Amino acid sequence: MSTRLAQGGRLIDRQKPLRFTFNGLPMEGYEGDTMAAALLANDRMLVGRSFKYHRPRGIVASGAEEPNALVGLGEGARFEPNQRVTTTELFDGASAISQNHWPSLDFDIGAINARLARFLPAGFYYKMFIHPRPFWKHVYEPFIRQSAGLGRAPKDRDPDRYEQAYGFCDVAVVGGGVAGLAAALAAGRAGKRVWLMEQAAHWGGRAVVDGVTVDGAAAEDWVAAALAELGGMANVRVKARTMAAGLYDHGYLLAYERIADHTPGDGRPRHRLWRIRAGQVIAATGAIERPLAFAGNDVPGVMLASAVRDYAVNWAVSPGDRTVIVTNNDDAYRTALALADAGLVVPAVVDARACVTGALPQAVRDRGIRVLEGRGIAKVKGGKRVTGVAICAQAGEGSVLEEIGCDAVAMSGGWSPVVHLWSHCGGKLAWDEAGAMFRPDPARPPTGADGAAMVVAAGAANGHLQAADCLADAHAAGGGTGAAPTAVTEAEAPLEPVWIMPQGAGPALRAKMWLDYQNDVKVSDVQLAAREGYESVEHTKRYTTLGMATDQGKLSNINGLAVLSEALHQPIPATGTTTFRPPYTPISLAAIAGEAKGELFQPLRRTPMHDWHEAHGAYWEPVGHWRRPYCYQRSGEGIEDAVRREVRNTRNGLGLLDASTLGKIVVKGPDAGRFLDMLYTNMMSTLPVGKCRYGLMCNEQGFLSDDGVVARLSDDTWLCHTTSGGADRIHGWMEDWLQCEWWDWKVYTANLTEQFAQVAVVGPKARAVLEKLGGDIDLSAAALPFMHWAEGTLGGISARVFRISFSGELSYEIAVPAGQGRAFWEQLIAAGEDFGVMPYGTEALHIMRAEKGFIMIGDETDGTVIPQDLGLDWAISKKKADFLGKRGMERTHMTDPNRWKLVGLETPDGSVIPDGAYVPATGVNANGQKNTQGRVTSTYHSPTLDRGIAMALVLNGPDRMGEVLDIPGIDGKVYRAKIVSPVFYDPEGEKQNV
Amino acid sequence: MSEPIAVIEPAGPQGMVSLRADLSDRAVAQAVTAATGCAMPGPRRIVAAGGKAVAWMSPDELLLLVPHAEAPGVAAGLAEALAGTHHLATEVSDARAMFTIRGPGADDVVAKLCPVDVERLPEGEIRRTRAAQVAAALWRSGEGEISLVAFRSVAGYVERLLEVAAEGPRL
Repeated sequence: MSTRLAQGGRLIDRQKPLRFTFNGLPMEGYEGDTMAAALLANDRMLVGRSFKYHRPRGIVASGAEEPNALVGLGEGARFEPNQRVTTTELFDGASAISQNHWPSLDFDIGAINARLARFLPAGFYYKMFIHPRPFWKHVYEPFIRQSAGLGRAPKDRDPDRYEQAYGFCDVAVVGGGVAGLAAALAAGRAGKRVWLMEQAAHWGGRAVVDGVTVDGAAAEDWVAAALAELGGMANVRVKARTMAAGLYDHGYLLAYERIADHTPGDGRPRHRLWRIRAGQVIAATGAIERPLAFAGNDVPGVMLASAVRDYAVNWAVSPGDRTVIVTNNDDAYRTALALADAGLVVPAVVDARACVTGALPQAVRDRGIRVLEGRGIAKVKGGKRVTGVAICAQAGEGSVLEEIGCDAVAMSGGWSPVVHLWSHCGGKLAWDEAGAMFRPDPARPPTGADGAAMVVAAGAANGHLQAADCLADAHAAGGGTGAAPTAVTEAEAPLEPVWIMPQGAGPALRAKMWLDYQNDVKVSDVQLAAREGYESVEHTKRYTTLGMATDQGKLSNINGLAVLSEALHQPIPATGTTTFRPPYTPISLAAIAGEAKGELFQPLRRTPMHDWHEAHGAYWEPVGHWRRPYCYQRSGEGIEDAVRREVRNTRNGLGLLDASTLGKIVVKGPDAGRFLDMLYTNMMSTLPVGKCRYGLMCNEQGFLSDDGVVARLSDDTWLCHTTSGGADRIHGWMEDWLQCEWWDWKVYTANLTEQFAQVAVVGPKARAVLEKLGGDIDLSAAALPFMHWAEGTLGGISARVFRISFSGELSYEIAVPAGQGRAFWEQLIAAGEDFGVMPYGTEALHIMRAEKGFIMIGDETDGTVIPQDLGLDWAISKKKADFLGKRGMERTHMTDPNRWKLVGLETPDGSVIPDGAYVPATGVNANGQKNTQGRVTSTYHSPTLDRGIAMALVLNGPDRMGEVLDIPGIDGKVYRAKIVSPVFYDPEGEKQNV
Repeated sequence: MSEPIAVIEPAGPQGMVSLRADLSDRAVAQAVTAATGCAMPGPRRIVAAGGKAVAWMSPDELLLLVPHAEAPGVAAGLAEALAGTHHLATEVSDARAMFTIRGPGADDVVAKLCPVDVERLPEGEIRRTRAAQVAAALWRSGEGEISLVAFRSVAGYVERLLEVAAEGPRL
């Protein structure tokens, strides 16, 4: 039985009772309780089942290292699985449910796995589920998926607010124990800009529980005074409930603030993720006590000795009337004293060391408590709760010497410094033989941008487990001048490393010694892995799943690698540790997303006419972060019908396209012509002012990268249009060459894409509607011929008019200042009414360009296509000495006559070939796959020709005009297609040259 | 939900001219001062005077802030004054959107979205940065007020972003 003590509890306020439920049972706790403390106070030791064997599991720890006590917390939209009760602050109305069992926590069918444990050894899944092969997909995987995962996923949208924020400091002190406080005081007094963060809601760490005296005062009082002084420093920011999750390059520290976990629904952000740039990190993260590996060490009621002490002192919780303590060190004797102080019974302290003479053991003996030297636990009695322990000689094989009845076992296998922050960015560890622990190696710290150490470990995290050493170390780490705070504690005798208890335990006992409680990894599993040849600790981890659970092996890693080392007959440092990776404890996905959800998930780029499109039936297509109308649907009209209507209306009358997303980059300077001649495959320096020219850009390898129309604005200024998706990329490409390679060329560029709204006015009535708008530009065929531009005003708005065409129709693209784009568009719609104007979307644009055989970057190109593949040899200058891609195009693979080349395809029966279809050839390749001789790059129903048209890259295609190909679709049908010219419509260009 | 910690307002049309040139050239400095009445800003600085301002954007780029109607004239005037000097002056008023963030929590709004040490952002400094997922520039434009410029196409995103950050508590 665990229960609440009548007195004490430094963190609880007995005047403020709180109600909560566990598996629907009403329970009561106090303000200041963690949920773990409150559950124990209500005699709830059994709180969950283990992952693999469904073993009953109780609370083991009192902090972030807890492996067992994970619950589903909250209800409805606020339900969240896998919450650690040891770090969950109790609040009124909290509800928790246990996990990983069916039908109930106390009676769980899955516990049959425990009976089958010997048939489920390490690597079971790898060994079992290999053969027969087809079983994987249809039998094994569904079965494993069914049983995988701990807890159940929430189903509803998270109602809470989460945010992120950026912080900057000289020194980030992580850990609010006396070491962290001392370091923060030292740095703060030196005038540094300091952040001090503590993951829990309370301060002081172990010292306040263990009754340490600091500077002549009780640790409790010293901590209060330190916090008061820090609170008064303008240069120090103090944050409780803030966990340093990870440290990254250049002092980039991620910290996770749990603002409102304990006050759900109060309107504050639930979590805040801090992204802190710290000049230096002081890791005062303390140490974690290690379990001991004895048979039955996972029975509920077996707890860490320090946790037992915490529960008694902090929350006035008794883990049971009788607690046996088992240890290999002096520190655990403090638990015996704390329990005795609380009026509880300690039947015995079982010490693995043969001779115990220290001050702490003496104090325990003085209280009349038995100290058993050289003894260990052979076996824990009990199933869902400890009922007793069997004692044996630590030196032996487990023969039972006596049995002691008890309700709880407090174990201590020594302490491991929390070295995670030190290690995240590459800090190395050294094995401390005396302390049997890995501690930061000061000679090999993680280094920052300047090559100097960016982390200093301080106090227990640096291996200084005694309060006096700890404070001196932390004071120095904080750059403290003058005397460090002094501490007085009882002296401690050295520990004796104990990795298996008893040391000679046979297979039956070893198969009941748990290392990783959550993932059910036992001593026998690690030893089996070693026998099967797993020598690397990283491989053993993955094979056995040791340390791979949500607690990331905080309790199990050191014990596991010590067992592995013994099995491999090598010293522990030769085995080494697995990699410490962020986050230190799990952080919420919602905090990582921050504000980026719902409407702010991604930025949406809007053209100046976006709202008009939306109001007029736009069916949107995402183009990068832009939204462009795919078509404008009229009421009752299908998408395909709308597209056909828009194409026909544009070809026969007048269409408007919002082309504002096209890239518009101005290039100016004495060397601008030379620069553009290098960027484009064709000649741009010879383009006369007032004229336009279509150009291609390739990368250095010769692959086609972007295309567009270039207009020469003045003697030294060109305007380069790029594809919608290419605007930023091509601008960056230009600046890259100008800044890194041709830095002495006098060229400036400016990306003016968003300065202008651009409208394509297309169709036989295009000139008429523009003339109707009125202005000072002569739009006649003689004054403004095809591939020329002019500027002036149109409809009272200053405009630049480019007579260019991507549809084959009479067409003008008109740029106006973006702020007037909507007004200009609406003028065109109004003026066009008499001409039957209709806006058209991207699909009509695509169809019309395909009807004309114009290529589209991203359809006909995919990063492996060169202009010659597309029959664009005419746009590649033969005169220029060099341009980007020229040498690439000369390589043998690029000049291979067997490269697939662009052709048109038409289907005699009018059907539309599926997009991306391949043209098969005879025979099979080395992989047994059918050979191919081409692929379809664009395919549409042409409303103009009323049949299927397609463009394709085909082996020797241009030489095979008229040949009919069989093209199988993934729909099972075979499409017949005739090879034709890719220009399906108006090959003479009569429609655009009017 | 309590009061927002800062008020977010679109600043309305703002004339802007981008000038790329050799900023150490005396002719450039003279042309800029003639156009705006402002002295040349040093690196990362913004100089304001008489309702106009000049901001240093990069080692060879300035942003001139002028009344919206004057921007085309300022761009043309710079081009004329710098004829014969290698430069590029372009009007970019319509390519941008500008917001003011005003109130006791203005700094916190920025700290939630931009990787900027806003606690130590002095008056007269412009910071090119990002706001969540998009590019932005910001500076202190008055007592308890920060101005932020972003691209026009994402104005809706940025406005909502600022509003959401302002809904939360102070940091």
